This record gives sequence, structure tokens and C-alpha cells, in this order.
Amino acid sequence: MSISVSESPLHSCHQSLGARMIPFAGWNLPVEYSGLLAEHKATRQAAGLFDISHMGQIRATGPGALAALEVLLANDPAKLKDGEGHYTFLLNDQGGVIDDLFLYRLGPNDFLLVVNASRHAEDLALLSKQKSNVSFVGSPGSTAGMALQGPRAPAILSKLIQGDLSNPSLPARNHIRQYTIAGQLVLVGATGYTGEEGYEFFMERKAGPKIWDHILATGKSEGLLPCGLGARDSLRLEAGFPLNGQDLSPEITPVEAGLAFFVDVTRPRPFLGRTAVETQKKSGAPRVCIGIKGVTGQPPPRHDYPVFRGDQRIGVITSGVPSPTLGHGIALALVTTPAPPCGQDLEFEVRGRRVPAKVCHRKFLGKR
Amino acid sequence: MNTPSELLYAKSHEWLRLDQGKGCVGITDHAQSALSDVVFVELPKAGRTVKAGEVVATVESVKAASDIYSPVEGTIVESNATLTSDPGLINREPYGQGWLFKIEPTQPKPNGLLTATEYSATLPS
Repeated sequence: MSISVSESPLHSCHQSLGARMIPFAGWNLPVEYSGLLAEHKATRQAAGLFDISHMGQIRATGPGALAALEVLLANDPAKLKDGEGHYTFLLNDQGGVIDDLFLYRLGPNDFLLVVNASRHAEDLALLSKQKSNVSFVGSPGSTAGMALQGPRAPAILSKLIQGDLSNPSLPARNHIRQYTIAGQLVLVGATGYTGEEGYEFFMERKAGPKIWDHILATGKSEGLLPCGLGARDSLRLEAGFPLNGQDLSPEITPVEAGLAFFVDVTRPRPFLGRTAVETQKKSGAPRVCIGIKGVTGQPPPRHDYPVFRGDQRIGVITSGVPSPTLGHGIALALVTTPAPPCGQDLEFEVRGRRVPAKVCHRKFLGKR
Repeated sequence: MNTPSELLYAKSHEWLRLDQGKGCVGITDHAQSALSDVVFVELPKAGRTVKAGEVVATVESVKAASDIYSPVEGTIVESNATLTSDPGLINREPYGQGWLFKIEPTQPKPNGLLTATEYSATLPS
């Protein structure tokens, strides 16, 4: 593990916005600008712009690209059409999650993998073992990325691409398109990590600051705020999305994480972790991820707090936060099966004291 | 950052106001700013005796829970009940209505605390 800290290509933008910076997965990144609650609320009600340059962008190209990805990834890359993307996993032999990532098919022999910063180098090493007519390019720090999220995101993107007459329409959900924005080539994928409508922008490192400033200026009249890692975490947890390293790890399978839908075991060919996941899909997993809601006025649930049903310790909270939208604590917890049903009373332990909570659906804001 | 000169400070970012032998404790402007929006507080009960440096309260923002240490040895006299319904007072008035608890110090002159100038020197510029 390298101890050097990388600066985002957008570092100068963050400095001029007065962001508070923190170390995250080897990067120095903004945790907040105007304040976590204001940024959270802006993203739910208008729009937020996030620096995601730390996320790895790996390009898989060549006539052997699809075959290589079919061997490596848990969701079937052969299902994707040009311009389409999906959520998928890189698993180990035990079915544990090395990384969760987004895969886009840009063309028949051209794929983009968007991976977690903390796993980027490991992913690249694993991918690069596949050498048959495929090359994997995209080392940490070579690209810039940002996420535009919130109900006003489509209106802002419409303004951003007005000048690009070749490509007048917005990308559909889970699709990706290339646009010229402020004179720069930018790939825009319609996805995100907040539970809101939104887009992720991928570009060369040196194009980053110009695009960031241009999006902020264009979105200002729509209520767009720059948002840090703090709001990114509270937003993703309200939406029930997992964080790699907390809710997912090499010791946790997609079945346990409640994400088995994204592992396609209907296809004929083998892929990494297939046997282990298939077994768990058939005969069940020893643990399962549940949603937990706390009570207003009680301490909020946090990562690593133990979870109890009666006197029995049944698991641990993997991510928890006082939900800015709901006003009470919410958490994801990994507990022993059988899973306690929604509405069941539980407790978690805070500073040596038991606090009441209930099992609930992990999409904490409901279907949106 | 605001650091009033009439207060004493702990390195762990609590302030102490001494008035006729009674102490009042809160967290500094720097601390509230670093925590950002406070959404929950857990405060000590009146009558509890505490040592200097003992964890006596918890202040939670959306991001994290932070321990609050008593800057002096003594007996808790009162906790700020208003914070239960309005924890954001800590952010808005860290040296005023956002105080955490009142304490009767065992010693009239507390040891090991910093002046405003000394405390300010410990903060990142």
C-alpha cells in the first residue's frame, strides 16, 4: 500500500471554493464545502456536483475484451449493447467482493470500467492477467471524473450540451454517450450513487478543472452546489447503496449483501467466484444484509456497532448515519440468517448502552 | 476562528468559563466547524463527579460521533437541556447558548489549560 497521497486534478477548484479536505483511499479530497446538510439537501431538492476523480477509469479494448470480461465479472457483460452499462462485481474464489464497479460497453471491442479508488491497483493487476487480444489501460490519477446528481441534473446537462449539435439528447438511465462540453470530449453515463437522477462525467485529467467550473457556473441558477464526501456518504446510505470496504469486502458475498441480482448465473460459461455464489444462491448464505432504522432523539447507528435481537448478538452495523432526510438513524447491518422480518424490534449498542431500532427495507427513502 | 480571550481551553477543543468558582463548558468554534452540523448530543447527569480528561459527553454530526472531555475535575451541576431539541445551537453559538454543561471544579485554579493565545497557536492556520 502506497503512503503517498494523490491530489485530485480538481484540487485548485476545491481550494478556491474553500473546501475542507480529508484523506480518502490515498487521495486528498473535499469532505465538504458549504456544509454537509446544505449539500445533502441541495442534491435531494436541486442538484449537487461531486469530484469522483479518485475513482478508477479502466478502458478494456481489443477483439478479446468481451471474452476477458466474461471470465472476470459477475454480471454478464455479453448482455450489454453499445452505449449501455450495468453494475457488476469482481469476485474472489470464495465469492467475496474484491470490487463492485460499473461496466459500460462503448463499442464491440471497447469497454469502460469505473472502479473504487481503494481497489483500483488491485483490479488493474487482476484484469491484466488476461492477455489474449485485450489491453487494460487506466492507472490511478490519469483521468478526471465528476458526478452531477439531483432532480435538476437533467436540466443542467441539457444546457451543457446545447452547443453540441451532433448529440442533442440526454443519455437514458444506465447508458453512456460522448459529448463535446466546453470544447472538451466528455463521456457522460446516466448513473450515480445518491438515489437521485444524475450523471457521471469521465474525461482526461487535464480537462477536469475546465469542465468542473463550467458545470458549476451552468448549474448555479438551478441551485447546484459543490458537494463533498460527507454528503456523498449520507446520500448513498439513504439510497441503500453499499460502500466497498464497509458493506462489501472480500469476506462478504453479493448474496449476503443482498445484491445477488447483479450476479448472472444463468449464462453458460464460468466466471470468477461463480461456484461459491451459485451454491449460496441455491442453499442460502450464513449472513444477510438488512436495513435498520433508529429512533429520533436516540444516538444514531454507526459502522461497527453490534446488533442484538433480545439477548442474542446477531451481527454488526456495516454503515450507519443520522439520516438528514428522515431525521432518524439508518443503517445497513450484516446479521446471521434467517433474516429478521421488516418491522422486527432490534437493538444496537452505543457506548455500552442498548438503543432500540427496527428492521426496515434498505431503500430507506422508499421507491423513487 | 473565534477564540474569546476570557476563556480557558483544553487541547481537545473544549472551553471553560470560570465565574465565581463555577465552571461552564462548551466546544470551541474550531471544533464545531470541524464537526459540521451537530445533530445529536449526549450530556452528563447532574451530580456526576468527573476527572479532568474524562469522557463526559458525546457530540454527533452526520459524519461522526466525537467524545467531549471534561477540562477540569469536579461535579456536574447542570446540562444544557435545550441542546436535546436544538443541537444546532452548538454550531450557531459555540460560546453562548450552545454550552454543554456546568461544573463545580474541585480546585479553584485548574491546571494544564491553555489561554486563548496558546490554544489558537495549536490550530491549523
